[in-house]
Amino acid sequence: MSTEQQEAIRETTAVLGGRHTSASVTDKIGSTVLVRPIKPGWLVGFGIGFLLTMVLLFAVTWLFIKGVGIWGINIPVAWGFAIINFVWWIGIGHAGTFISAFLLLMRQDWRTSINRFAEAMTLFAVACAGMMPLLHLGRPYYFYWLLPYPNTMAMWPQFRSPLVWDVFAVGTYATVSLVFWYMGLVPDLATFRDRARGRVARAVYGVFALGWRNSVRHWHRYRMAYLLLAGLATPLVISVHSVVGLDFASAILPGWHSTIFPPYFVGGAIFSGFAMVLTLAIPLRWAYRLQDMITLRHLDNCAKLMLVTGLIVAYGYVMETFMAWYSGNPYERYVVVNRALGVYAPFYWIMIVCNVLITQLLWFRRIRRSTIPLLIVSLLINVGMWMERFVIIVTSLQRDFLPSSWNVYAPTVWDWLIFTGSIGLFITLFYLFIRVLPAIAMFEMRELVHEADRTAPAPARVWAENHDA
Amino acid sequence: MPEERTSFGLMAEFESPEALLEAVRQTRAAGYRRFDAYTPFPDDELIEAMELGSTLIPPPVLLGGMLGGAGGFFMMWFANVVHYPLNVGGRPLNSWPAFVPITFELTVLLAALTAFGVMLVLNKLPMPYHPVFNVPDFERASADRFFLCIEASDAKFDLSATRAFLNTLHPRLVLEVPP
Repeated sequence: MSTEQQEAIRETTAVLGGRHTSASVTDKIGSTVLVRPIKPGWLVGFGIGFLLTMVLLFAVTWLFIKGVGIWGINIPVAWGFAIINFVWWIGIGHAGTFISAFLLLMRQDWRTSINRFAEAMTLFAVACAGMMPLLHLGRPYYFYWLLPYPNTMAMWPQFRSPLVWDVFAVGTYATVSLVFWYMGLVPDLATFRDRARGRVARAVYGVFALGWRNSVRHWHRYRMAYLLLAGLATPLVISVHSVVGLDFASAILPGWHSTIFPPYFVGGAIFSGFAMVLTLAIPLRWAYRLQDMITLRHLDNCAKLMLVTGLIVAYGYVMETFMAWYSGNPYERYVVVNRALGVYAPFYWIMIVCNVLITQLLWFRRIRRSTIPLLIVSLLINVGMWMERFVIIVTSLQRDFLPSSWNVYAPTVWDWLIFTGSIGLFITLFYLFIRVLPAIAMFEMRELVHEADRTAPAPARVWAENHDA
Repeated sequence: MPEERTSFGLMAEFESPEALLEAVRQTRAAGYRRFDAYTPFPDDELIEAMELGSTLIPPPVLLGGMLGGAGGFFMMWFANVVHYPLNVGGRPLNSWPAFVPITFELTVLLAALTAFGVMLVLNKLPMPYHPVFNVPDFERASADRFFLCIEASDAKFDLSATRAFLNTLHPRLVLEVPP
């Protein structure tokens, strides 16, 4: 076999490119935070995120002063941008948990270099999501009424309501994601403690590393606990978006009252989540030259999962339409017609183009393996999934049973400011994360290098040996 | 009063996981029991060679999960049947199917927190001070070096004899760990 052929094999199959050792992966990932100075590119990105976060703060302050009347919501469309954004953000989070938990259980070694930042993405997306229903409360200072606590009114939350299920599902999801992420970080924080130069950095990383000393006795228990957490997080992630789906399905509105909602929502969540993973991974690997750790195989695999979940979503659209016709229910039929031809038809068709048509490009290997087209496809899917939530929420509410209660919904500038502001918050948190914490799990990469050494000659090793001379 | 130990133990440094694995096997064969290995990543073979037995983590996690689920269901049952029963058109007060999602969420929540908590407790973390960090070069245990420490509390420990034994394992160097 010629060297070129071997290189071609390496390119297509490797989860770890180039020649890496325990020391070199640690150096490379660690130096991004500990050695590399802040570059103008980072400052610009962070600056944009920070500016938008300030916009969010401004819009939220005005909201708290004036109330939800500044938004476009009214009767009948009482759920506007806040709920659209909530569903969109929480869905994005799902890919992070899917990568870190489900792929761990399936022993997929390619998860290793993308799980850390995907988990961080989950946390930040859940933070953006969790904020939305609270802002939507109208009287947000009574948010704690959502929780069951002993009170003089002897009142309890309505445990039979999916909206209360949401509080528990999202609360559990946020907590478990944080624990999972932090636990994965502990050994890496210990590495940072051991390598940081400044006294303050050593102390701060040291405190959060909890005195981790890489003892095999510790690793033994650590691995078991991590595996159990993965086993718990996997059904959890399915349950969270199912409950979000039930928020709609348990209402009697045409277009919402459907048993397909929970699985269709979970598929859509993972679909949009992988789109966001790629939206973050492609610039990240370029900016920090991580092409040998986040390889084309990672992008290819994420794209394949995006294609699969995209087809599930497309099936959902088809089934929704079919069931509306098959049920013979005039209200259900009208919702479908109204979505495709009514006031919000452009939103519907953008959704179909982005989520169904554009996704079919991922059948082509060339697209899955070219970064720029893949990035564009991912961005369009992000847009498409936001449109999907808009279509589901607004069109059903806008025209339900009685024409006398029909009305048109239009978002105001405050809706848009809070939406773009939440994207700013997400960007800010992500930029801070890549400068403060290891964006790739270092100890898992060391393990991967060790496994590769042991199971040599893998294509990567063969290539490496040939290049020794 | 127990006598004040002058050292925590002896630390041998190795350059490869294979060398450490061999050293661990020989240390066990030589009859040492109170020793620990330090590696930059978890390694199944090493964990096996240490003969650590069960982690003791799964049973408490199961218990935590069951407690979360039972507690969650009890809370909803108590609220709807005992504390604030509300008759809506004669529907059953204990409408258990509607309680399933929250029961599930609380099961996962408590099980997950237990898994993390028990891992910390059994590993005695957080630990602000540990003697092994006094060894120069030990910070490389979190990057690319492999360590074996036989602790002075081992019945078979003898400073010179143990040092001689460790030197037969081809370490890079052997150092005494101050307490």
